[in-house]
Amino acid sequence: MRQSWRKQRETLFLWICRGVTFLAIFILGILLFHILKEGANWLSFEFLTRFPSRFPAKAGIKSALFGSVWIISMTAMISIPLGVATAFYLEEYAPKRRLFRFLQVNISNLAGMPSIVYGLLGLAIFVRFFNLDRSLWAGSLTLGLLILPVIIISSQESIRAVPDSIRDAAFALGARPWQVILGQLLPAALPGIMTGIILALSRAIGETAPLIMVGALSYVAFVPEAPGDPFTVLPLQIFNWAGRPQVDFHGIAAAGIIVLLIVLFMMNFIAVMIRQRFQRYKM
Amino acid sequence: MTKAKWIDKTLEGFLILCVSMTALTTLSVVLILGKESLSFFSHVSIVDFLFGTRWEPLLEPQSFGVLPLVCGTFLIVMGAMVIALPAGLLIAAYLNEFASNRFRSVVKPVLEILAGIPTVVYGYFALTFITPQLKTVFPEMQVFNAASGAIVVGIMILPMIASLCDDGFRAVSTTIRDGAYALGARPYEVMTQIILPSAKSRVAAAVILAMSRAIGETMAVTLAAGATPKMTLNPLESIQTMTAYIVQVSLGDTPAGGIEYQTVFAVAALLFVMTLTMNLIGNHFIYKGR
Repeated sequence: MRQSWRKQRETLFLWICRGVTFLAIFILGILLFHILKEGANWLSFEFLTRFPSRFPAKAGIKSALFGSVWIISMTAMISIPLGVATAFYLEEYAPKRRLFRFLQVNISNLAGMPSIVYGLLGLAIFVRFFNLDRSLWAGSLTLGLLILPVIIISSQESIRAVPDSIRDAAFALGARPWQVILGQLLPAALPGIMTGIILALSRAIGETAPLIMVGALSYVAFVPEAPGDPFTVLPLQIFNWAGRPQVDFHGIAAAGIIVLLIVLFMMNFIAVMIRQRFQRYKM
Repeated sequence: MTKAKWIDKTLEGFLILCVSMTALTTLSVVLILGKESLSFFSHVSIVDFLFGTRWEPLLEPQSFGVLPLVCGTFLIVMGAMVIALPAGLLIAAYLNEFASNRFRSVVKPVLEILAGIPTVVYGYFALTFITPQLKTVFPEMQVFNAASGAIVVGIMILPMIASLCDDGFRAVSTTIRDGAYALGARPYEVMTQIILPSAKSRVAAAVILAMSRAIGETMAVTLAAGATPKMTLNPLESIQTMTAYIVQVSLGDTPAGGIEYQTVFAVAALLFVMTLTMNLIGNHFIYKGR
């Protein structure tokens, strides 16, 4: 009797677990289905090549699309070298003492800092202090700081995963630290680092709040042509449309979301491909 | 100095410069929030700010009691945790002790996708799907309400809780797990009596870090939960969170330098202190659990 109760309890628990797990998959399905249903009718080639408009039927995401590409390229150029370099310093140079511990704690705290606080930082430093105004510079520097800790942490993990034997062998052959880093560790850890970078950038693509803080505009009827130009981005355009009461604007917001999600899924897919095909050393 | 040595020194110098950027970021945040908040608190007493129950900085007569915003945030965070904590724990338990590798390889990417969806998309989902659905059950519910905000924030932090708990469960030594199985325990018993107690500091970390994330969540609650700062625990009403207030002011045309503008920094400073404290505690628990 007791035995069977143990079994029943186990089966019950198992089914609850299964139910919840399937519920999570189901919710993702509903979310995607709802957005497709609302937005698919508004999606067309013209939607990608038109500027925003007061009339939903004539509105498009050209300026937002170009703005997002600008912002993401500039953010990548700012944060990738900085993040990877910091990771190498922490893993290979930093004395594992108090200072190192402090830097590490600081980085995990930065990773957990709300994105809107980064927005205020960008507003005070880049927009006002450096007088960059509402430019692509201000936006991408802010997002660069935002994803920096993400890149650092994932790069550190990839570097740590490279076996010590490789490091030791290079040093034993008389290599200097920079030769070990650039010649051995960087190539070995590169797939992991790349995966981390792509995931960090895909986070930056979806960020809205910090860009609102640095004053990205929600109505932009031109394509930015230089890093000093004002801009808008896809999530901001979506936010603007979603916040309006008219149902038609919700439709084009959903169409914008579809474009955004396609970009994000493509980036995630590439990240997973790199991880599966090239990663030699895993944690 | 040989060339190799010279390159070495240059590289190290460059790396130190990069590392100092992270410290500089934290320092700037503290300085900026501190400076603007200080000038705010020279006009408004800190006691009135922290314990006042009316938040009307944009209307005359002005009132700067932040509790309504804190209350709104609290409502969202609690609602989100009620959904995400049990679900996250159960998913982590299932992936760890019961699921086949194949099933794991399906669920893990689903969780990663849920975690990767931008928050503005969740806001849209809350506004155009969850609220209308809830309205069929509670017809008296307002268009903007805490409930749908809390639900989407719950969905957003679910992957985080699941993956942090999963890591915690995996970190439990296989020796004691195998020992329990050898003594005839069933997977359910191993899970609840061996793994969960051993991983409790990691689970605590997951809870605290997820709450910190929920407090800082911005776009979904801005879109779905409304812009009415009020002291209520009724999730069917429109509320305002700290983050949503900051966005509301920056979208408006509040001139820089005025007291309305400074309220943003005071609220952000409070937000920063709250999330920083929780992150420090949470990361400490993870460190301790190793």
